[in-house]
Formats: sequence, C-alpha cells, structure tokens
Amino acid sequence: TMKGSVISVLVVLAVVDRLAGGLEHRSYDYTKYHTMDEISAWMNQMERENPDVVSSMIYGQTYENRNITLLKIGFKSTTPKKAVWMDCGIHAREWIAPAFCQHFVKEILGSYKTDSNVNMLFKNLDFYITPVLNMDGYIYSWRDKTTRLWRKSRSPGTGNCTCFGTDLNRNFYANWGMVGISRDCCSDIYNGPTALSEPEAKAVTDFLGAHQNEVLCYLTIHSYGQLILIPYGHPNISAPNYEELMEVGLAAAKAIKAVHGTSYKVGTAPDILYANSGTSRDFARLIRIPYSFTFELRDKGNYGFILPEDQIQPACEESYQGAMSIVNYVHDKNFKSAAITGTLATVF
Amino acid sequence: MKTFCSVWLLLSLVELSPAPPASQEPPLACTGAPDPAPPQPETAEDMASTGDLEPTHYPARRAAQVALHYLNTHHGSPFRVFGLQQVHKASAEDVAAGGRKYKLDFSVTDWGSGSATMNKSSEEFFSNTTDVLNIAGPALRCSADVLFPRTERHSAPEVQLHCEALHQINSTAQEEDAFYQKYISPDSAVSARDIPDSFGNVSEEMQPFWRLARVAASFIMLRESSENTEFNMAKVASVTQQESSGEQLMLEFVVLLHDLPSQVTHKHTHRLWTLMDTEAVCVLTVCVCSAGDRSVEAAGVLVSRQRRQGPADRVAAQMPSRHQTPKLTL
Repeated sequence: TMKGSVISVLVVLAVVDRLAGGLEHRSYDYTKYHTMDEISAWMNQMERENPDVVSSMIYGQTYENRNITLLKIGFKSTTPKKAVWMDCGIHAREWIAPAFCQHFVKEILGSYKTDSNVNMLFKNLDFYITPVLNMDGYIYSWRDKTTRLWRKSRSPGTGNCTCFGTDLNRNFYANWGMVGISRDCCSDIYNGPTALSEPEAKAVTDFLGAHQNEVLCYLTIHSYGQLILIPYGHPNISAPNYEELMEVGLAAAKAIKAVHGTSYKVGTAPDILYANSGTSRDFARLIRIPYSFTFELRDKGNYGFILPEDQIQPACEESYQGAMSIVNYVHDKNFKSAAITGTLATVF
Repeated sequence: MKTFCSVWLLLSLVELSPAPPASQEPPLACTGAPDPAPPQPETAEDMASTGDLEPTHYPARRAAQVALHYLNTHHGSPFRVFGLQQVHKASAEDVAAGGRKYKLDFSVTDWGSGSATMNKSSEEFFSNTTDVLNIAGPALRCSADVLFPRTERHSAPEVQLHCEALHQINSTAQEEDAFYQKYISPDSAVSARDIPDSFGNVSEEMQPFWRLARVAASFIMLRESSENTEFNMAKVASVTQQESSGEQLMLEFVVLLHDLPSQVTHKHTHRLWTLMDTEAVCVLTVCVCSAGDRSVEAAGVLVSRQRRQGPADRVAAQMPSRHQTPKLTL
C-alpha cells in the first residue's frame, strides 16, 4: 500500500541518518588521544547535539591560518552572563590537556539536566572552552614520533633564526620578557620577537579584553607536574588576593586528592615550579580577572608529557573535581542568593 | 647464583651521531664530539633560601630529585626505578668551600614494579587503573645530603643518601637473571625506537629496557644537575643491542632528557654494558668523554655498590670531578 511504502522510506532514511551521524555519537572515545580533525568534528557534534546550550565561536586564526574555536556552553540568555574561561593545549606536547577539555565538556553536558549544581552553573554562567588553543603545534606533535615533544607555536623564526615557534605561554603582555624566558629563538621558552607577536596569544588577549567584565575565572590547562599555579610568575610581584587564591587552590587540590589519592601542590610559579613571565594566567589576573589558575596535570615525570591513555580517565576525573571546586567557589561568591535558593531551571 | 648486578656504563655525550662501532676491548673507549654545555636559564634563579625550606617549593624538590637520581644509579635496575613521592622536610646552608648543602627528608616510590613490597603503607596510589606499572608501590623513606658545588665550570652535585628498609625490598634478582639470560644469547639483537610511543604505550618486552634507560640516564641527570635544573627522562629515542663480547650484554641507548625550568629536551647517547658477576661487590663504571679524548684514562668515575641482599642501607659515594683516574675492582 501507499502508506506502507511511505513508512518503509522513512525507516530507510532514519537508518541512513543514524549510520551517518549517530555513529560518531556512540563511538567517541574520551579515553583516547584524538587528532585535531577528530576534535574539530567532535566540537561540531557537541554543538549540533546540544543546540540549547552549546554554540561555537571563532575568535582568531593560528599562524597557519586555522580557526581558533571555542565552545560557549550554558543556558542561552539575552543579557550578558558572567563566564568561566578554560583553554587547553597552549603547549602542543601536553596532550592530556586537550583530553581534559573534552572530558570536561562531556561531563557538564551530560549532567546539566539532572545535576542541580551543574544546572545552576549553566543558568548563571557561560563556559568558554577552547579544547586546543595551539592547533598548529598540536597537529605538528602528531606528525610523527620525532615531533611528539614539540611545545611552541609554528611561526617561523625572524631575522637570522632558522628555528620555528614561540612559546605561547611566554608571549602575553604580562611582564613580558622579564624572567623565565630565552631570547634564543630555538629555545623552548623563546618568548617571541615582541609581546603578542603570536596570533594565538593575540586571539586570547582580544577575547578576554572584550569580555573583561564578564569573565570571573580563568583556567589554563597544562601538563606535567601535578600543580595548581596562581599568579604571578615574577617572584617580586604578588596578586592582591594571594591568600584567597591559595585557599581556593588548596581546596581544589583537596578535591583532586579525594578522587584517586593524587597529590597536587599549590602555589605561585616562582615558589613551586620556576619563575616566568608573559603567561596567559598572569595576563588574566592583570586585567582584573580575579581567579586565575594554571593546572599542571599528571604525572610527575615518570611518563611526563607522554601520559599513557589508560591514565586519561583517572587524570580527567580528578582534575574535573579540582576545576569544579574552583568554579563553584567563584559562582557562589558571585551568586550567593542563587546558591541558597538554586532551582532546576526548566529547559525542555 | 649469578646475579645481574654489574653494570658498566659508558657515556658518550654525542648530540646527534651514528652509533660508534662496537668494541671488543674493555668497554671504556669513548668516542664522540665534546659534550654540550649544561643548560643554564637566561636569568638567575633566586637561590637565597637558606635555613628551613618549604618542602613543596622547588628548591627542596630539585635537590630531592638529585638524590633520587643518585638512588637510581645505585638501586635502579631493569625491574626497579624510583620516583620522588614527597619531600617532608628540607633545609639548606652555604658551606665554607663555596657551595650549598641541602639536607632532605623525603619519600620515594618504586615506579618500576608493582611487585615490590615493603613494610610501609602507601600514601599515594592510583587505584583506578589495572595496569600495575602505573601503580606506585609503597613509600620508602629517605634522608640525603646534597651538595651543589659553586665552581666556575659546572661540576656534579655530591650526594650522601640513606633509605630505610632498602634491604627489605623484594629482590628482583630472579627477573634480572631471566632478562640477562634471554638477551645474552648470540642471536639476540634487540632494536627498538620511541619508548614510550606517542600514546604512552610501553610493550611488556620493552619495560625492562625502558627502566634500564632511566637508570642509565640517571647517571647523566645526576652529573648535569644544578640548583637550576630539574631533570626527568622524557623518552627513549632508541635502544640498540650491540654485539656482545663473551658475557657482556651491551646496549646503546639514545634518550631524551627533559629539564623543567628551561623546558629544554636534551638528547644523550650512552652505552650500557652488563656483566654477570658472582662477586659480593658489584661494580658500576662510568666513563665520561671529555673533548676529543678517546682514551679510557681521560675521565672515569667508579661507584661501588653492594649487592642487594647484603647490608646495603648506607650508601655513600662521592662523584669525583671528571678528570679522576678510574680504579677498577672486580
């Protein structure tokens, strides 16, 4: 009959659609490292599957002309909302960092409907999440085994220098060039010919500058070391809210430890790691984003940058609790009454 | 019973070079280009900290890492590699001869094997993985004096180290023996690259080579360390078995060493010889090539260590300067 054949056509179309689009949905493996192409496709998928709460924004171009893209996640609002910024993969070889951003996105998207805490965060905040900031470097680190430990961007050297790349996390306008850098363009901590010479650093700078009044919290994700670093990288400069930042950091480290027993240390970079300058974390604090933290994820040097895939899940689980500890603190400080009377927003 | 406890380690500081020809002579011939200067940061670190040190801060941790490298040169093996777990207490003082001496109280864990058991309970563990090699074993408490000399040219730090219950660690002699027997056969020709691979995988067969590379790298990391460095082995670029002469298992490693403060990854090539030994005292010999010199006598360091079953708690040795003539005892 006519009706029967219409139904069969619809069934065929539905099956085809599932084969084409649904396959990725079932098979995206958060316990594996992914290529840039896979991550980009995954970002599109997150946006497609969660149109109520996810939109993407291109906020700059890499040296090799790739679109630097973030996912904006939260309940849509006609008025500007306060925000939390997270970037991963500013250093190419720190593969666990982009893996963490993907895990973080998966977690909040998977829980905002049922978890009243996450639901409240979605109501009051937007998350701006960049899974891979240094896309050129990340892609280069995937090229072959000899490039796995690449760190910097992929802009060519200037002047007489034949080496490539600038350390993006030394290139920001934050005490640029003062300490913890190298003027040798072949060095892994080369801070660039000038501050903000790198389009990737400029993209973040421009975005944060434009959203200065909205961004409450700046999180930048790295590895390795198992550390939470607070501003500033210069040993003689203290953040005005140093005590508070230490408190919040220590609470996050406690939350991390509760998951799998992993110890994180908390402090300024000059105290617990090394002095540095031109970092994105310092820049964020300097433009008065009050809560600015660097996460250095697992491990402590056994595998270092090349963390085995079977540690992705536990590393992400514990770091998620650490990040959420900070996000919740920041949220509660700004939305006190909402914290007390938070209700599940009707979404659907 | 023969024990795998003698290691002859040859260091040739060659940045990028083809493998030197295998030698049938006593394995102390050095070849290669002059070693590159150790990495120095562009700016001087503030090292004015004297007296009690904050254990979580980097000066204490870097000094503890040096003690750890020392520990691994003495007690590391294809089946045992120690990692720093935590610094409990630390202090530093300037010394009359010109240098700074750190006193440390810290804990280490055995990253090398989940089978190492000790009497102490573990403070840190990864409970969510099934791979035993990701599980740090129970903690071992150590104390160390680490002296960083202040000389115009870099010289190696000097370490005195004592770890509790070191002799209680389960011996890995059986595994070492099996490892040696497996690879000493004439047709064995191990050759591998990139350990771990880009995804952190180390095959079961390569695990002992990975650890051995780390132990061997510890000699270099120890020697190159200063208050401004913090070294870890990033990966093994390659391991190639050389033609063995008689009882010697001969391996050439190319390793990449990562220094945290400078973020630089250094490439080092070194050769490792093993010798089956029935003596009570095992010997490690390290030969460091100085510029252009190809003779054994140019530089040498002898560190003797006692067999693991013996009373091996107090291990004290000095790292002489690079021009000391080696003395061999077998």
